[in-house]
Amino acid sequence: MSTPLQVTARLRDPVTTDDHIRGPADAAVTIVEYGDFQCQFCGAAYPNLHELLRQRADTVRLVYRYFPIANVHPYAERAAETAEAAGVRGRFWEMHDWLYEHQDQLDPVHLSLGVEQVGLPPDELNAEVENRAHADRVRRDFVGGIRSGVNGTPTLFVNGIRHDGGYDLPDLLTAADAAANA
Amino acid sequence: MSDPNGLIQPGRTAPGFTLPATPDGDLLGPQQFRGRPVVLAFYPADWSPVCGDQMSLYQSAAPVFAQYQAVVLGLSVDSIWSHRAFAESRGIEFPLLADFEPKGEVARSYGAYMSNGEAARALVVLDPAGKVTWSYLSPPDVNPGADGIFDALDQLAADRKVMAG
Repeated sequence: MSTPLQVTARLRDPVTTDDHIRGPADAAVTIVEYGDFQCQFCGAAYPNLHELLRQRADTVRLVYRYFPIANVHPYAERAAETAEAAGVRGRFWEMHDWLYEHQDQLDPVHLSLGVEQVGLPPDELNAEVENRAHADRVRRDFVGGIRSGVNGTPTLFVNGIRHDGGYDLPDLLTAADAAANA
Repeated sequence: MSDPNGLIQPGRTAPGFTLPATPDGDLLGPQQFRGRPVVLAFYPADWSPVCGDQMSLYQSAAPVFAQYQAVVLGLSVDSIWSHRAFAESRGIEFPLLADFEPKGEVARSYGAYMSNGEAARALVVLDPAGKVTWSYLSPPDVNPGADGIFDALDQLAADRKVMAG
């Protein structure tokens, strides 16, 4: 092989209108998160990302993409597909927040209650998830992530470059501010 | 830290080997998969303490590896018993090979053995004929992900298309 290949860590799938985006469209900093709803580290990062968006409301936006590691987290795929089912009804972020705020309640029975709490019809969403209506979308996110160098969850890309630092609020603020001033 | 001669480089024929893959003593090696790309993923130890560890990640990417008909083999100096427990706890279905006795012999032959007695975190992609087509040495504490592997598999597929055309 003539060209040396590098293990890179750059986002390969650009953000599009198909993505789930929270924050201003013209934000200077775009953070793409590849996350697994059953991953405890994603759960730990969740409130920090929330606070980051609150403190940098004019400069930072968050994009969420699915990266369920199903062999380790048996409920992760179903949770992701349920979030997508909520997403097609315009309620992605409400479902996303419920999932991260109830990570110990991702079994099917509690998940249905969560769907109800978000104000959506559980039976209808369950049927879609059972039919794997949203599996392709979740898989597309996953494959894009693995091709971009996602090496675990959560993985964040800050303006397209993988964030290899921590997920505490100060780490996130530092990374976001550095990207905004770059 | 790793072999002074360094990790095996593209263009070399991959050293043949077989290693125990199960507690029953079943032996596996890359030459059993001629005709398909083989990914050798050397890693320091079972039981790394994160949920997105490298081997779990590769299991979750199994459908993508399948698109390339690629075979993934994990290798460390852990015993088959450790491998089995680790694989069960993480739902890992691809083979984890035990480079256990003589310890690290295969890792050494690929230049992927560290002086601390563990395998390095090294990726080696073999083409269907068993020649090294890409290799990468990662710092031991950095999970290299799979993007480099898939780039190499893409390149392999493109090269074969050119040759066929």
